[in-house]
Amino acid sequence: MPTDDALSRYSDWTYFAAVAVYVVAMTLYFVEQALSRAPRDEAKVLVSAGAPEAEGKQRDVAFPLEQERDVASPPRGERFGRMAVSVTVLGALLHLISLALRGVAAGRVPWGNMYEFGSVLCLAAVTTWLVLLQRRAPVRHLGGFVLLPVVLLMFLGGTALYTTAAPVQPALQSYWLVIHVFTVATSSGALLVPGVASVLYLIKTRNEADPEKLAAIASRLPAAETLDRLAYRVTIIAFPAYTMAIIFGAIWAEAAWGRFWGWDPKETTAFVAWVIYAAYLHSRATAGWRGTRAAVINAAGFAVMVFNLFFINLVVAGLHSYAGVG
Amino acid sequence: MSVDSVETAAPPEATPPGGNAVLAFLRNTWRGLTSMRTALVLLFLLALAAMPGALLPQRSLNSPKVAEYIAAHGWWGRLLDRLQFYDVYASVWFSAIYLLLFLSLVGCLVPRTLEYAKSLRAKPVLTPRNLSRLPHHVESTVDESVPDVMARARQRLRGWRLVEREEGGGTRSISAERGYLRETGNLVFHFAMLGLVVALALGKMFSYEGQVIVLADGSQFCNSGTLGYDTFRPGLRVDGTDLNPFCVKVNDFAATYLRTGQAESFRAGVEYQSGADLDSGTWRPYRLEVNEPLRTAGDRIYLLGHGYAPTFTVTFPDGQKRTSTIQWRPVNPQTLLSEGATKLDQPGVTDPALRRQRQLAITGLLAPTAVFQGSLMDSGFPDLLNPAVAVDVLRGDLGLDAGRGQSIFSVDQSLVNDGRLKRVARANLKPGQEVKLDDGTSVRFDKVEQWVDLQVSHDPTQGWVLVFSLLLIAGLGTSLVIKRRRVWVRATPADTGTVVEVGGLARTDRAGYGEQFDRLAAELVRGGRPDADR
Ligand code: HEM
Repeated sequence: MPTDDALSRYSDWTYFAAVAVYVVAMTLYFVEQALSRAPRDEAKVLVSAGAPEAEGKQRDVAFPLEQERDVASPPRGERFGRMAVSVTVLGALLHLISLALRGVAAGRVPWGNMYEFGSVLCLAAVTTWLVLLQRRAPVRHLGGFVLLPVVLLMFLGGTALYTTAAPVQPALQSYWLVIHVFTVATSSGALLVPGVASVLYLIKTRNEADPEKLAAIASRLPAAETLDRLAYRVTIIAFPAYTMAIIFGAIWAEAAWGRFWGWDPKETTAFVAWVIYAAYLHSRATAGWRGTRAAVINAAGFAVMVFNLFFINLVVAGLHSYAGVG
Repeated sequence: MSVDSVETAAPPEATPPGGNAVLAFLRNTWRGLTSMRTALVLLFLLALAAMPGALLPQRSLNSPKVAEYIAAHGWWGRLLDRLQFYDVYASVWFSAIYLLLFLSLVGCLVPRTLEYAKSLRAKPVLTPRNLSRLPHHVESTVDESVPDVMARARQRLRGWRLVEREEGGGTRSISAERGYLRETGNLVFHFAMLGLVVALALGKMFSYEGQVIVLADGSQFCNSGTLGYDTFRPGLRVDGTDLNPFCVKVNDFAATYLRTGQAESFRAGVEYQSGADLDSGTWRPYRLEVNEPLRTAGDRIYLLGHGYAPTFTVTFPDGQKRTSTIQWRPVNPQTLLSEGATKLDQPGVTDPALRRQRQLAITGLLAPTAVFQGSLMDSGFPDLLNPAVAVDVLRGDLGLDAGRGQSIFSVDQSLVNDGRLKRVARANLKPGQEVKLDDGTSVRFDKVEQWVDLQVSHDPTQGWVLVFSLLLIAGLGTSLVIKRRRVWVRATPADTGTVVEVGGLARTDRAGYGEQFDRLAAELVRGGRPDADR
């Protein structure tokens, strides 16, 4: 099937427009972050107000309502935050259009090579973020930390890994491409958010243990509890999705490669990541393993996902070598 | 704050009086093995142990690459070999880890299942005396009577498992719990994993996988024994005598390519027979494609690859002819430049000594779309647009009688070095062209046939693997979405109405319970403000 060059070019333009818009949004989030009052002060207030009862009777508010948060945030920061969210939505729309154009140009779903896969993954991460904000998570000013890896990934994808729109090779011509690759890309993208939250959690607790350390970032982060829950809540959605993605992959492999599981490097690394996330869920139910250790495990899980995306695709050859790079 | 400890894996056994040391040791080992912490450590070990398989070449995937790696890395490569790092998933250490995990899982599941069965019938726990010590607590005085408060609470807590109790002095309380399905999902998930491991293990024993190259010119392959295969990998309990009978005939093969040379589609037209068709001689047509294996007789037949087989006709000085079509193998997967060796005996030569002087080998390169740089031939495109071969013709002893196995794609180079096999011609040929040897023999390149590489796979348990995978995902989803919550309501008559106390406890995933509880408590305390959020 011929590919439409013009459409493909428009797709590339919107892709880079989306990256640029994300950079703007990221900057706005960081401005909000910089202007926001250090929640450590709030914590002090809380403790002194409810000192006798604070132990063991800590309130289990999932995410405090928006109004509660507004009180703490100065209006200037608030304005930047609101703008940042609108700009993120704009970026996501451009991003979506770029993928749609790519799909039309290539005459297939737009996740057939590594460039496109990365693009879908990033859109999933941004979308997860926006959904969280919709759920009134008091973490809006952390948006910059989520967009930073997204922008980096998209920049890398759009330059080093860029591939022109083309049909895919026979092994990929299957509706399982639609299902398997889509679920892998979106669940991986969603897992970026817990990964970021876990790293921030580690920064926060490091700083709590020793206020000298990492003060510049940590003083403006929300409470460690909040970050921990943020990571958990997204992981329990994304992990089953990722599990499903692996099962879909096995079903496809049975039809395409003659076996449902063959310890191909990509499969192996996906398995390793899966086991690490399973360990994360376990750790949260194991005394002495909650908190810091769980955060380390979650961050390690995402590190393995990134490793699988880059190292295994580009350096280690295997059946999954469909990156279309080089 | 550990509200809901799950460290209950080990059954609380009473220590026997006198305390048998061996028993105690066994019990402690068992407890250690089945604790949550051990499971966690084993999970890490599993992840860690699986990783080398992605980074080092593996025999099961590519054994020549393993040999290359060992050769390139000297003692280090050999050490890794001795430690089974090239067969990670069959290694002693990998197996040990997953067996331990398996044991730990069984040990963990047995008591949990028993407890679960008990809890199915159990009533929600007694209302704690002091509700204000719970993580969630609301207290207020209302005008309604105790029965009215209770009635409203029961109404509001529909769908929860609850008991109402008299506490004396006109005080009544409700103890309610929900989210039991969470534990169900969790157990289903873990049991599915057990089932998955068992199904995989059985599959390893009774499965087999064989590969065979078949010319796409109406040639046949029958699954009658392991000798019919080019390579055959049996499971531990497969001896190759009882293969499921079926036959496949490959009539044609077609590939289409993009202008860039990227393949767009592969398709083999085949016919097959199995079961009763074998006796009646009925052939059924099938279009074999990548992603579309043929499933018959409990086996699957895959189109794995394809390539070219040149046809040569050799006319000997005495007028006798031999024609041979044999597969050559692609050396460049992009352009399908192929190499190979077509080996022939001169007909009518019976004296072994003479035979060993007169054997012929035609060896070299085949290009489906030949491009020449001077006399150097390469392939510019994978399709058969302008085929040509660049071959050496060798005469002498091919070593076929030596009893040593040799590659069908090349001649034994040591025979060439020994001078027992001599080059007698070198030529670039297009279809129809021929080259004459010094003794008057002519070698003609007739045409190119296609061959397909078929894989036959047999795995009697893969259906079960799928079933357990689906159970696994269903259990996982249930377990992670459903939350366990407890609520207690106590209504105590007071001088000016009724004191209502509501306490709440999230047994799992406390995040999100706060708001829910607040809404619930607000209704119970202040009176039925309707709420969309159940
Ligand atoms: C074969 C390896 C294992 C894997 C891959 C695994 C995986 C998981 C996963 C993904 C979860 C979270 C989902 C859920 O709650 O249903 C979980 C939860 C759990 N697992 Fe495992 N598990 C394994 C072995 C074990 C073993 C050996 C034990 C017992 C020691 C165990 C005990 C538990 C418990 C108690 C939970 C519930 C945790 C909670 O309440 O949040 N698991 N497991």
